[in-house]
Amino acid sequence: MSIKFQKVSYVYSQGSPLEKKGLDNVSFELKDNSFTAIIGHTGSGKSTLMQHFNALLKPTSGQIKIAGSLITPETTDKHLKKLRRHVSLVFQFPETQLFENTVLDDIAFGPKNFGYDSEKAKASAQMWLDRVGLPKDIANRSPFELSGGQMRRVAIAGVLAYEPEILCLDEPGVGLDPRARAKMMQLFFEYQKAGHTIILVTHNMDDVAEYADDVLVMEKGRLIKHDVPQKIFNDRSWLKKHYLDEPRASLFASQLTNYTFTDLPLTKKELIAGIKYNLRK
Amino acid sequence: MNKILIGRYIAGDSIVYKMDPRGKLVATILFIFVIFLANNPATYAILTIFSLVAVAATKLKGKVFWDGVKPIIWLILFTSLLQLFFTVGGKVYWQWMMLAVSSYGIINAIYIFIRFTLIVLISTVMTVTTMPLEIADAIEWLLTPLKLFKVPVDKIALVMSIALRFVPTLFDQTFKIMNAQRARGADFNNGGLITRAKAITPLLVPLFISSLETAIDLATAMESRGYRGDQGRTRYRILQWSLYDLINLVYFIILVILLLIFRTH
Repeated sequence: MSIKFQKVSYVYSQGSPLEKKGLDNVSFELKDNSFTAIIGHTGSGKSTLMQHFNALLKPTSGQIKIAGSLITPETTDKHLKKLRRHVSLVFQFPETQLFENTVLDDIAFGPKNFGYDSEKAKASAQMWLDRVGLPKDIANRSPFELSGGQMRRVAIAGVLAYEPEILCLDEPGVGLDPRARAKMMQLFFEYQKAGHTIILVTHNMDDVAEYADDVLVMEKGRLIKHDVPQKIFNDRSWLKKHYLDEPRASLFASQLTNYTFTDLPLTKKELIAGIKYNLRK
Repeated sequence: MNKILIGRYIAGDSIVYKMDPRGKLVATILFIFVIFLANNPATYAILTIFSLVAVAATKLKGKVFWDGVKPIIWLILFTSLLQLFFTVGGKVYWQWMMLAVSSYGIINAIYIFIRFTLIVLISTVMTVTTMPLEIADAIEWLLTPLKLFKVPVDKIALVMSIALRFVPTLFDQTFKIMNAQRARGADFNNGGLITRAKAITPLLVPLFISSLETAIDLATAMESRGYRGDQGRTRYRILQWSLYDLINLVYFIILVILLLIFRTH
């Protein structure tokens, strides 16, 4: 049940003067229960790629195998509900999707669409409201009275509430304060550990280093590298050539010229361990 | 959704593009009146030739103009058919109850068809070669005399330009919210009329809210940059008459003179 892209290309407004290649012959395979980061510059095709995971966009050529469904250029909109039940997508600034009268109803919207009965949907909504770290007493308030950060969490709870097996996230932490951001990333990490697959589109290399176990690097609609974070961040000249940042921890380590590190530290934890080791020597 | 464009402006670089939008707008409006000067085959032929030359001067593909006519081709044909069957006079070729095809009817039907098609063609020439914002500027200029009657022309013009500016933004937003709700299992394409009407709530509410937010943001941004209503506002796009507009004007005057000479008095 892995995710498999085979020679997927996507062309925007095909046949018009505005024709533009979004994806160019992209092939890869992602393991179940993995945490994959998609990185690349603005306009590199990250978001286009992400919208293929649940067939919001269908490939112009090639095919995708995901969660027991096959998406081809011929796939019609009719039978996608089953796919979208299993593969969900959280867009940038998901708080813009809120619409219900109460927070609880909004979270229960997804579950109800996917066949939960009213009681079960409410129960699930209540549970996820708690898990995303929102106080219980806001359940019956209007989502529009909340702060931006709280709205974001309500929107994300609304997607988690039907527990999709594969969760794709587009920059979920943008615009949040550092603490809320760390908490949110932790939530996704736990969600992965509970047996789900996470795909994260991000510019934040610290998050990639901290949470991801697989990385896809996009450039101009092409997949230019698919590897584990350790290998990607080790190749400093390659990163530089493609104008990609490195995690703060490895940058810090590279400036400690008289220290030796057995493995390049990517996270704060690894960096601290490495420095301790050097100090003891 | 990507196919919906506001206006039908197509980038180009022919003489028609270089003309002042005010001249083009006025000529288009006057053309609709001038067309009624034609009342015999010669004048209709002159009108047709002048219009086709204007179309050719845009240097755009014929398909662009066909796309302009296509949406109302049935209306044009229907009107022509009404003329054909209900005009009385002249030699009658065929009759059934109230309906009759007479020589007057045939001629009238052809005239109506030409008139209609030419009006559509000429307005297409204007809309494809003039950006919506330029048209808004031209309308503002046309409305200027109303200032005498205390009509807030500047404000109306500002409202028009802002509305035009935000149409694409609104489309983007609609598309984005639709996708987000689709991901949550909303279904906009299936079900009966009532189901579909209900399905639109999760789209409309966020859209209203984000529009209001955008409006408030825009107002704040304008105020913080010192916008003070209509007091001595300067312009980025300054409309200027040029040689091309003289061509436009002379061309139009020649058309009117020819029509006046050749029409049946």
